[in-house]
Amino acid sequence: MSVLVVAEHDNKNLKSSTLNTISAAEKLSEDIHLLILGNKIEDLAKSSKSIQLVKKVIICDHEKLENQIPELSSPIISNLAENYSHILAPSSTFGKNLLPRVSAQLDVTQISDIIGIESQDTFIRPIYAGNAISYVQTDQKINLMTVRPTSFEKCEEAGGDAALENITFIDSEVKTKFVSREVSKSDRPELGNARVVVSGGRGLENSDNFKLLYDLADKLNAAVGASRAAVDSGYIGNEYQVGQTGKMVAPELYIAVGISGAIQHLAGMKESKVIVAINKDLEAPIFNIADYGLSSDLFQAIPEIIKELDLLNQIES
Amino acid sequence: MKVLVAVKRVVDYKVQIRVKSDNSGVETQNVKMSVNPPDENAIEEAVKLKEQGLANEIVSVSIGDDKSQDVLRTSMAMGIDRSILVKSQNTLEPLAVAKTLKIIIDKEKPDLVLMGKQAIDDDSNQTGQILSALLNWPQGCFISNLKIENNKVFISREIDEGIENLETSLPAVLTCDLRLNTPRFASLPNIMKAKKKPLETIDIDTLGIDTSSKIKTLKVIEPPKRKAGIMVNDVKELVQKLKYEAKVI
Repeated sequence: MSVLVVAEHDNKNLKSSTLNTISAAEKLSEDIHLLILGNKIEDLAKSSKSIQLVKKVIICDHEKLENQIPELSSPIISNLAENYSHILAPSSTFGKNLLPRVSAQLDVTQISDIIGIESQDTFIRPIYAGNAISYVQTDQKINLMTVRPTSFEKCEEAGGDAALENITFIDSEVKTKFVSREVSKSDRPELGNARVVVSGGRGLENSDNFKLLYDLADKLNAAVGASRAAVDSGYIGNEYQVGQTGKMVAPELYIAVGISGAIQHLAGMKESKVIVAINKDLEAPIFNIADYGLSSDLFQAIPEIIKELDLLNQIES
Repeated sequence: MKVLVAVKRVVDYKVQIRVKSDNSGVETQNVKMSVNPPDENAIEEAVKLKEQGLANEIVSVSIGDDKSQDVLRTSMAMGIDRSILVKSQNTLEPLAVAKTLKIIIDKEKPDLVLMGKQAIDDDSNQTGQILSALLNWPQGCFISNLKIENNKVFISREIDEGIENLETSLPAVLTCDLRLNTPRFASLPNIMKAKKKPLETIDIDTLGIDTSSKIKTLKVIEPPKRKAGIMVNDVKELVQKLKYEAKVI
């Protein structure tokens, strides 16, 4: 049967989480349909048609769908459900906000944040902040799942020529009004998707000191992350938080600076390929999972690392 | 305004959990249990609404066995007026939890429902959203700020890109992020007082809903352990290792 992937996007471009979710869908079916709900999404629909794995792009284009209010978008998804064996969305704040409503409307239990697909009905998901891994099976009429993006490769964006279908907008009475979105603009790579992440914790002591991290991140073309302690202390915005209740990342290189390594933080980054920990406290639990540990004062170490990286670049050029 | 807060009893967030040797689940016997952390934020917010004179009655509800009375007593020690325990021996999936809460809500008729954005045991992050859909009430998830004025509800939600601000109205279901507030500690006199506050018990079997599991857990295993790394002596060695050994820079 066919699988429906609900696209995460900003009305102009697909978020990379959508591409990861399509790769997960490939493990379930060859007939993958991509559903894009948004406003003025003609161009987005056209570019999405070229994703090789996608057989059909279904769009619902309406001004009321501009801001992804789940009360409006979930009935549209539920209405399509009978055609599909599985409905997938990324387990980003977008998917988490939306898909459980479909679960209510279809009266099926959703499986959250899957990290693996064993078969059509058996899935792997982390519980207890990833400190245990659960294998679950379901025989429901339809499988609703959110997919952890970092557990699946991004699919190719080119090479395909999917069919395009327009569906009509079904209006629902909704009392929620969008007011504004406060989004930090940055030229650095997206945190969930970066090859290198440089994260800071309470050891940074204040928001000004985070500049040190930005300098290091820019040298490495890295995204910046943070522990919950740093976010709670107001050093940096919530969108940078890595951990159980923040973002999940799995970059090739994760550099934890002044982060002690609470279970909840480790949950968000321990799938990283190479982990570096810099902390003056030799007892910090982060060292237990780090590939390379440096017990040092970060205020000395970070400028030195930047200097060493400059030296390396000079040698190479 | 009447506020209902949903509370879950979970393994304390500081506990390093153990997977059972028969791989049937996670060990919860003889382990410290506590109020699910973001549920504490929901309790705190309800208590604040009462202190501000916006709420006149605040009620907490939990679903679980007799031991879940603990977390309800904790909520009353923090300032909740009275509690309801829906007694269930089985662990419920989010859909069944939401259906159970809906029945309690139909009876209690609160104007606002608050709960944590996710439980830190099964990490599902679904119940509030499902409940909102079942009730056909507005949904506000992962909130880090709440203001209520003349029946209007202003919320800030934590989203991956930053903060989203929404305006909605009561009745509503809101799920709380850890940054919404700082939960207060229950003082000893308040803990003593909480013992005398009303705690009603309802057997889940009397509610007439299907709470059976739709999802079968085949096994629970430990995650693969990262092999221990090395300590480097200085920055120079670190950068050399990253360049020539790990080849990541």
